[in-house]
Amino acid sequence: MSAVAHSKMSDERVRAIPTWRFLLGRPELGAVAGTILVFGFFLTFAGDSGMFSAKGIITFLDVSAQVGILAAAVALLMIAGEFDLSIGSMIGFAGIVIAIPAVEWGWPLWSCILLAFLVALVIGFINGYLTISTGLPSFIVTLASMFILRGLTLALTRAATNRTVVSGIGDYAKDDWLAPIFSGYVLKDLFQCMGSLGWLQMRTDGTPLAPGIPMAVVWWMLLTLLGTWILMKTRFGNWIFASGGDPVAARNVGVPVTRVKILLFIGTAFAATLLAVIQVLEAGSADTLRGQLKEFEAIIAVVVGGTLLTGGYGSAIGAALGALIFGTVQMGIFFTGVDTDWFKVFMGAMVLIAVLFNTYVRRKVTYSR
Amino acid sequence: MAMTETSDFLELAQVSKFFGSVIALKEVSFGVRPGEIHCLLGDNGAGKSTLIKLLSGVFQPTAGEIRIAGKAVTLASPRNALDQGIATVYQDLATVPLMSIARNFFMGREKTKGRGVLRRLDWDFMNRTARDEMSKMGIDIRDPRQAVGTLSGGERQCLAIARAVHFGARILILDEPTSALGVHQASVVLRLIARAKARGLGVIFITHNVHHAYPIADRFTLLNRAKSLGTFAKAEISREKVTDMMAGGKELVDLEAELEAIAASETAQPTAEPRLKRAAGV
Repeated sequence: MSAVAHSKMSDERVRAIPTWRFLLGRPELGAVAGTILVFGFFLTFAGDSGMFSAKGIITFLDVSAQVGILAAAVALLMIAGEFDLSIGSMIGFAGIVIAIPAVEWGWPLWSCILLAFLVALVIGFINGYLTISTGLPSFIVTLASMFILRGLTLALTRAATNRTVVSGIGDYAKDDWLAPIFSGYVLKDLFQCMGSLGWLQMRTDGTPLAPGIPMAVVWWMLLTLLGTWILMKTRFGNWIFASGGDPVAARNVGVPVTRVKILLFIGTAFAATLLAVIQVLEAGSADTLRGQLKEFEAIIAVVVGGTLLTGGYGSAIGAALGALIFGTVQMGIFFTGVDTDWFKVFMGAMVLIAVLFNTYVRRKVTYSR
Repeated sequence: MAMTETSDFLELAQVSKFFGSVIALKEVSFGVRPGEIHCLLGDNGAGKSTLIKLLSGVFQPTAGEIRIAGKAVTLASPRNALDQGIATVYQDLATVPLMSIARNFFMGREKTKGRGVLRRLDWDFMNRTARDEMSKMGIDIRDPRQAVGTLSGGERQCLAIARAVHFGARILILDEPTSALGVHQASVVLRLIARAKARGLGVIFITHNVHHAYPIADRFTLLNRAKSLGTFAKAEISREKVTDMMAGGKELVDLEAELEAIAASETAQPTAEPRLKRAAGV
């Protein structure tokens, strides 16, 4: 305090805050610590098991991406103070919206993909509109749509095909112009090159064991960047924080809270559909049970990433790190040879720790006032 | 009425508001000029909240007119009132605690730079402006990126008022801005109000604390049971008279007498304690 030049009316009761306390104010902090911890753990106990070979890394990134694509959209919605429990069912529903017209009715695949996104737009809008107009918690409204969508998926698929799995989509994807942006790998040449230099493990046919970066990972990165850009750099981002932090105050100063929330519900439905497209193309089939529990996995990733359940605070980067922790732990437990049944125990404990940590951080951010 | 209100910028003329069979306001006239602090006093249920909500665009009057600069207007929504220069600062509903000062300051009216997909928030401008505008109102903040939750109650009021001034408010409506604050913070807010007046704003100051209102107000309007008891310039009315005219005035005098009686009976017979407890509802 000695030689500090005081500006006019500065308060002698204000003390300098150390940098680490300022960093505590960032929502990602807990997730960064968690990521370091998780990687440290598995590097120690599974470092030589192949988990951190190129193939292993690509695998756990791919698993993380499955959660991360959803988490990016869910983070924005949760910062705006709402939940979407219907995204898991939306994945299953979008899958059959793609598969039935393609396989049963002979539609070109690209039109089925566009149809799926159109359907997602409508369902997201309905979720948002119902939540806002009824004033019910979104938890309840989307719990209803979770059941309705899953039921519709089963009923419609059985009515159209007499089965619960629609397969054979791979054939239609081959010559489709839209499918490649949702499936396959990027940077294949680079991986091939690195392989021929002896940096990567090769198959017997001369192609690297890890052929490239999966499209799912690319989408995960893109959505995380988009979410971060929106939150940090756009007016809409400020409206998201305001809508979740205090919707009444936000409305009083003219923030279109209703529009913001409905758009974010459409965003989560879109993310679910994107994941559905990726999975359908990957597997070549649409399973009516696909996407179960994904809504909770996404919420776990977002919460571990530092977003508050009460809204108004959080980050997309944090959600991506949460998803990375999720994927790494899931694969890491497999590689360490621990019974994979323990995975959910671990994740559950992780959520609890994250929430306790976040609550502590929030108190620090607002100095308990 | 005590005054002819031709120079009022914002004016309510014989305004009534009914909710079904409930008369919330009956033929109330009220106005405020630029550079004036007009204090609206009244007990709970007197109709203060209804009057504020009419002025801030939340409700529309059942009868009577709202005028701005002499012209009859409709205040369709809070945003619409804001656009017409009437800003309302609600005690707890003005800021979002978890958001930064700059984010709060520009909430709903964010400044951007660039165009197309590169259109982005102009953080340099927003951080600087938030700090400068609050400093003009007499409060220095260290870092406009800190959460509003770290600010004191008086500083939050400052943020809300500075924001309203920055975005061109002509009339500021302050709803009980001092009621939840300590003595020091309340004086900070009263100073803010005086500064807003000095900058040419018309201030409507709603309170039931005469001690906060009397020193800085230019005019008083007293509401009682949905009706106006009249508008008085400060020269026309004493502090005691204002207190008396508020519904609480007489009751406070009665209470004082009653308390004295209790104290007297206590000194007379020290065993009165159980009776006192019963009286206090313990």
